[in-house]
Amino acid sequence: MSFRLIRALVAAALALPLLAACGGGGKDSVVVYNAQHEELIDAVAKAFTKKTGIKVELRNASDLELANQLVTEGKRSPADVFLTENSPAMALVQSKGLFDTLDAATLDRIPAAFRPADGSWVGFAARSTVLVYNKDQVKQSDLPASLMDLAKPAWKGKVSFSPTGADFQAIVAGVLALKGEAATKAWLEGLKANGKTYDGNNVVLKSVNNGDVATGIVYHYYWYRDQEEAGDNSDDSALHFFGKQDPGAFLSVSGAGVLKNGKHQADARTFVDYLTSEAGQKIIADSYALEYTLNPAVQLGRSVPPLASLQAPPVGISDLDSQKVIELMQDANLL
Amino acid sequence: MTTIRVHPRLSPALLAGIVVVGLTLIPLGYVVWETATMGPGQLHDLLWRPRVGELLGNTLKLLVTVVALTVVLGVAGAILVVRTNLGAPMLWHALLSAPLAVPAFVNSYGWVSLTSQVQSYWGAVLVVSLSYFPLVYLPVVASLATLDAAPEEVARSLGRGRARAFAGAALPRLLPGILGGALLVGLHVLAEFGALQLLGYPTFTTAIYGQYRSAFASNAGTVLSGVLVTLCILLLLVELLARGRRRYDRVGRSAGRPPEPFRLGAWRPVAWAALLGLTALSLGVPGYSLVHWLLVGSSTEFPIGDLSTALVSTLSLAAAGAVLTVLMALPLAWLAVRRRTTVSTALERAGYIANALPGIVVALALITVSIRVVPSLYQTLPVLLLAYAILFLPRALVSVRSSLEQAPPVLEDVSRSLGQSAWATLRRVTLPLVAPGIGAGAALVFLAISTELTATLLLSPIGTTTLATEFWSNSSSVRYGAAAPYALLLVLAAIPATVMLSLHARPGRASAAEIPRRMELAA
Repeated sequence: MSFRLIRALVAAALALPLLAACGGGGKDSVVVYNAQHEELIDAVAKAFTKKTGIKVELRNASDLELANQLVTEGKRSPADVFLTENSPAMALVQSKGLFDTLDAATLDRIPAAFRPADGSWVGFAARSTVLVYNKDQVKQSDLPASLMDLAKPAWKGKVSFSPTGADFQAIVAGVLALKGEAATKAWLEGLKANGKTYDGNNVVLKSVNNGDVATGIVYHYYWYRDQEEAGDNSDDSALHFFGKQDPGAFLSVSGAGVLKNGKHQADARTFVDYLTSEAGQKIIADSYALEYTLNPAVQLGRSVPPLASLQAPPVGISDLDSQKVIELMQDANLL
Repeated sequence: MTTIRVHPRLSPALLAGIVVVGLTLIPLGYVVWETATMGPGQLHDLLWRPRVGELLGNTLKLLVTVVALTVVLGVAGAILVVRTNLGAPMLWHALLSAPLAVPAFVNSYGWVSLTSQVQSYWGAVLVVSLSYFPLVYLPVVASLATLDAAPEEVARSLGRGRARAFAGAALPRLLPGILGGALLVGLHVLAEFGALQLLGYPTFTTAIYGQYRSAFASNAGTVLSGVLVTLCILLLLVELLARGRRRYDRVGRSAGRPPEPFRLGAWRPVAWAALLGLTALSLGVPGYSLVHWLLVGSSTEFPIGDLSTALVSTLSLAAAGAVLTVLMALPLAWLAVRRRTTVSTALERAGYIANALPGIVVALALITVSIRVVPSLYQTLPVLLLAYAILFLPRALVSVRSSLEQAPPVLEDVSRSLGQSAWATLRRVTLPLVAPGIGAGAALVFLAISTELTATLLLSPIGTTTLATEFWSNSSSVRYGAAAPYALLLVLAAIPATVMLSLHARPGRASAAEIPRRMELAA
């Protein structure tokens, strides 16, 4: 314990910012604030760089963390592109006017239902709400017709979800857009009374599969991914797709947008264009992710029911109100 | 102001001290200010809702049971090791201290990844108690080791049996150690985030995290923080009251003579079985789980690249944080030792405020304050380092202070009288004298930061990964195998501090008064 140690510590402390700086891809990279699954976007970015020579730097975090970071940073933000898992975070950044309108060629590739009317961002992947249920505990004939039924007393102690995640909050936003405030409030209160909460959809899936709880509200791909791996957390469970334009068939759209204040506008546009192009979408479809691709030229295929068969309810993609959702969830004592 | 007039020379140190205390008071000040300016209507709505009652119930239920259980385990373990003919006391001492080397969130991962049965109230009680009972065990061992045989012999000569003599004459002397340990356990339970999140047991810390994740810097999160900090402060007050003003001094320091050990007789195998059982639960289960997942995980892929990136950034953060923390401790310690005034004492005391501040509260406060006041610092390294410094300042402060106390001020006076400037005196005389304390303080802070989860999770700049954040992102998405290598490195990082503590509280060594203080340092 001497000066030498102190000197070493100080030297290490001074070296830290250098190390941090080395982490990035340098000045000429497109900076992507990425809330989508890191592994997936990493694969897309690698292929993109290989094709165009444009370097990509990913900064990964969650939907609302990054959306709030963008809003806080405003004009000073180093971000060129923003990618999310769900639309509410895109809507938040859109409402602050931080996106630049995308090129028509990019927008035209994606059906109008999966992008806002003003063209400020575009959907590039989607996930369907499902009910995962334990096959020993729930008979197929007893499955609920609607997501709203899970708030009824019959489901007491038999439903689980992850209220702190952006995924479940997007589903609530869908319910809110479709059923209005009063019905959503009552539904959340019923879920609070009936449900078991976990942190993360993977944990929900595992708990349902273990038989700790009978059903769970998640997105489809958690189950399919586990099936493609070893099935350890999904073999004893099955998925129930609600269909029939029920709120339970809500399709959550992952969005991509180009920031107005970015320093690599042209490259950023090329990246988002690539993400929605056939080549980019094919990488998503072939990846481990098992999320739906939105460019009609590329189908996810595999064992997942086709996008067109889901009978998702019509929800205005920019209408998803994350603020109101948080308020309602607080009132229902879920947060 | 009077202080400055009396000692015009020391104004730079005093100024530095005030700046440091100002920084450490940011989280508390933020919580108080925000709740005070929120408007009574909104405050009432956010405070007076069933959710807060539910969290309060959960938190208190866990707190009381875990404190009771850790006291039972810690005291019983200490008596068996120090005061009986159990045999192999050093082995048992090592085994009963060792759970501290497994961070609570890693222990929790070990259990949850094996069975979801522990995702319940009693599961939380079990796992958290197994992680924290050494916090009671160690100070009680230290107190027992310094007990004198005389009071018990007097009690026996007056007709008491051995057990009653021990209960009447020795147990009261263990009380300060037990209380100190129980307080530490209580504060740890209140501040615990990672373990309880994995165990699916909602308390204030997990709810504050949930608020942050979904609503970012929201008033609801602030109100929950306010309640949590209030609980921490109440706990400190309860301990102060319980300790009271009783003293257990003895005349003549050298007169100590260890009492004769209790003979366990036929109970010896039972005691061995009980301690073996405890060790199996506290070390065996997480150890087995870790090895299991390491084998499963490495069958897929061992991410050397990611692992070393996380390791390097963890070590760099810990080093930078340790330097900052010690720099902040220096003026406070110096003022408290060399310029003892009401102001300097108050400043030093304020430096310990972090003992009552859970990491989640510090993190949330710094996020909100940086966004509102200095947006350019939001999500940057300095904010994370400041959080570490606030959280671990007490550890550095105790070490630096005690070494300053042992450095004679006359040497500084001689230096000044020989014509050295104040700065040169600081550099050439004072600093070398306190270097050991600085080193020890820095080492403690370094070790604490390298296994810190909560504040790191919220404040690490986007793109910066550490062992704790990588462990967390894997284990919270049920990728248990992938989390294992990070868990292993976290355990390795926690071993040095555990060994240090365990050696300090060795049976037959150390001063009882010092141990609870040391525990606050390193645990």
